[in-house]
Amino acid sequence: MDILKKAGLAIALPIVLFAGWFWLSDGSENFYSPPLRTILTAFGDTWTLERLRTDVAPSLLRLLAGFLLAALIGIGLGVAIGLNRRLRAVLEPVLEFFRAIPPPVLVPVIMLFAGIGDGMKVIVIVFGCIWPILLNTVEGVRATDSVVLDTARAYGVTGPARLTRVILPSASPQIAAGLRQALSIAIILMVISEMFASSNGLGFTIVQFQRSFAIPEMWSGIILLGLLGFALSLLFRLAERWALRWYEGLRAAQRRAG
Amino acid sequence: MLEVKGLRKVYSSGSREVEALRDLTFTVDNGDLVCLVGPSGCGKTTLLRCISGLLTPTSGSVRVNGDAVTGPPPGMAVVFQEYGRSLFPWMSVRDNVELPLKQKKVDRARRRELVDTALDAVGLSGTASAYPWQLSGGMQQRVAIARAVAYEPETLLMDEPFAAVDAQTRADLEDLVRSLWQRLKVTVLFVTHDIDEAVYLGRRVVMLSSSPTVVQDELVVDLPAERDQLNTRADPRFVELRTRVYEQIQKAKKAAVR
Amino acid sequence: MTSARRGNPVLLGSAGLAGLLLLLELLPRLGLVDERFLPPTSRIASALADEVSTAVFWQSLGDTLYAWAAGLLIAVVAGVLAGLVIGSVPVLRALTASTVEFLRPIPSVALIPLAVLLYGTDLGSTLLLVCYASFWQVLVQVLYGVADVDPVAEETARSFRFSAWGRVRYVLWPTALPYVFTGFRLAASVALVLAITAELVIGSPGLGKDIATAQASDAVPTMYALIVVTGALGVIINLLTRTGERRLLAWHQSVRGEVAV
Repeated sequence: MDILKKAGLAIALPIVLFAGWFWLSDGSENFYSPPLRTILTAFGDTWTLERLRTDVAPSLLRLLAGFLLAALIGIGLGVAIGLNRRLRAVLEPVLEFFRAIPPPVLVPVIMLFAGIGDGMKVIVIVFGCIWPILLNTVEGVRATDSVVLDTARAYGVTGPARLTRVILPSASPQIAAGLRQALSIAIILMVISEMFASSNGLGFTIVQFQRSFAIPEMWSGIILLGLLGFALSLLFRLAERWALRWYEGLRAAQRRAG
Repeated sequence: MLEVKGLRKVYSSGSREVEALRDLTFTVDNGDLVCLVGPSGCGKTTLLRCISGLLTPTSGSVRVNGDAVTGPPPGMAVVFQEYGRSLFPWMSVRDNVELPLKQKKVDRARRRELVDTALDAVGLSGTASAYPWQLSGGMQQRVAIARAVAYEPETLLMDEPFAAVDAQTRADLEDLVRSLWQRLKVTVLFVTHDIDEAVYLGRRVVMLSSSPTVVQDELVVDLPAERDQLNTRADPRFVELRTRVYEQIQKAKKAAVR
Repeated sequence: MTSARRGNPVLLGSAGLAGLLLLLELLPRLGLVDERFLPPTSRIASALADEVSTAVFWQSLGDTLYAWAAGLLIAVVAGVLAGLVIGSVPVLRALTASTVEFLRPIPSVALIPLAVLLYGTDLGSTLLLVCYASFWQVLVQVLYGVADVDPVAEETARSFRFSAWGRVRYVLWPTALPYVFTGFRLAASVALVLAITAELVIGSPGLGKDIATAQASDAVPTMYALIVVTGALGVIINLLTRTGERRLLAWHQSVRGEVAV
């Protein structure tokens, strides 16, 4: 009963909004906001399997490559910087500056170096989303509990095990927060790099629709992008919850203890 | 034999210098159980960190069986006061106890045996797969003790291990330490600020002065080896001994005020 | 572990920045990087000096800051109001939770084509994106804040027969305030990113558009100079909001770690 009620509350508003949009836009003569019925038809016609293969798959692959590369480099450098007090003091202002640069302005810069191919887009994504990962890793590593470090030393947990069994797990909640921020930046950069210069991809296709005034198709593209953003963040949250279940439990236990 | 000779530790931050330990000399024979007791803030933790090789003293030396301590010595296990921080929350109880053994390159079958025996010895056989934060404070400290026991140390250092648990749990844990000591024949150095606990547990009690710390006095606890919470604490000799320790600590405090 | 051995962080940090500038000067000078792609620091600096002496630059800077401030203001007001209302009515909270969770991760750049159709290359395009992106930052933080109200405080207020307004004024608002500031701080940096992005991609007036123009006309040093300006803006906004937050909330018992979103 309780679950039913919860589910009802969860889907009520989306249904109302969807129905409202459908009903209000039905018979709409406005060129820019066509009836939802038309948009949905366009969605089915536009995003065929073929289209998904030629436009959506390349986008997603570039996104994945850029994000994973940024995670690898960001966590690696972050651990090195976080463990070295002096290095951290030297690099902190530089890193803060790089983080503060709005990532999309990197697109024109990296186009100079890497042209307009796949390489450029992956590099743009790496450059744009590495900073939150890097800075959060530094912060997480730096904040490792002193008793945890003492314990590791006293029991001879040194070398690689110190890194993999102590420092990385201890910093992992911070690192996950950085990865989460990085993911949304990566999606933005994926779209923008394609809007700038591309011959395929989701961003490119949507802008093509807009320029050729294929309005229902453009709307369907926006919806697809929205669904994609939602699905990726959902996947990330599931992965995070699984990987950090100890952290959730720990926090709950601490809250109970007050 | 554990020898502490002329130990001195001065902390300096900027131009300010704080002398925590002035001149400490005492020995702990192999297989002995010595309690270190002193007024609060007398540098007990600093001393313990020096002995365990986590902190480098300003001058003086610590020797274990003749070898100078420069880093954490292999045959020494430490139980920290902050059990909640000393156990790694991202690992199960079993993994926490097992990790130091993996670092010692103990083979898998032997590891399993050691972990099971240790958990059994502290009365926690059923909780191997739980996370530490799922257990009560007293049980968490038992896990920390199990980790130390499984490490098969020759010397066991305990830094106010029961300061953060409630009185009844504390009594149980005190008896646990006594029985483990008698069974395993390890050398135990137990730091506490609780005079009753020091007299109840120790075969010898070393009293420390206020900071900057020196050894104030020493006494041998000539109570029978079989002790229990009810009769031992009611024993007139126990009361006599605790009064002597109490007087010394009061003297140390007064000296500090002057 | 003496501080003398640790070194002065300000000094070390300045050394780091100086090192970066030197590296960027040397890389192209030594021919390790093509000078056409990465001009040396000195050339970027002189391009920056040229820029700041033009009226166009200040006009663009003004446009960007205006879009940033206006969009941020709208988003904060809307986010706080919506957050307080939704947060304090349990039914509304339950009703909207799924919708908020769905709309929030939608990348704001998805709205670019729509903005172009609606507003062309006017300020409105920038505002739409800035508002959309920063609104969620504020809303989510305010919702956390309202959920953080101590039930005992709430019941105390009820037992003393506070009016509904009194409960908002004396219980809800003070509890939520730190979260509002956190939301503001996060929204402020997101707003800048979106303002520059919109200008860059759509071509609405501002620094972002100038960057695109500089790139299109091969004025590479100018492009780098403008990027440095946007980075500096970002740093300044971060510093101001962080310091402001710390100052204003110094009285609060818990300037807590922010809720990770």
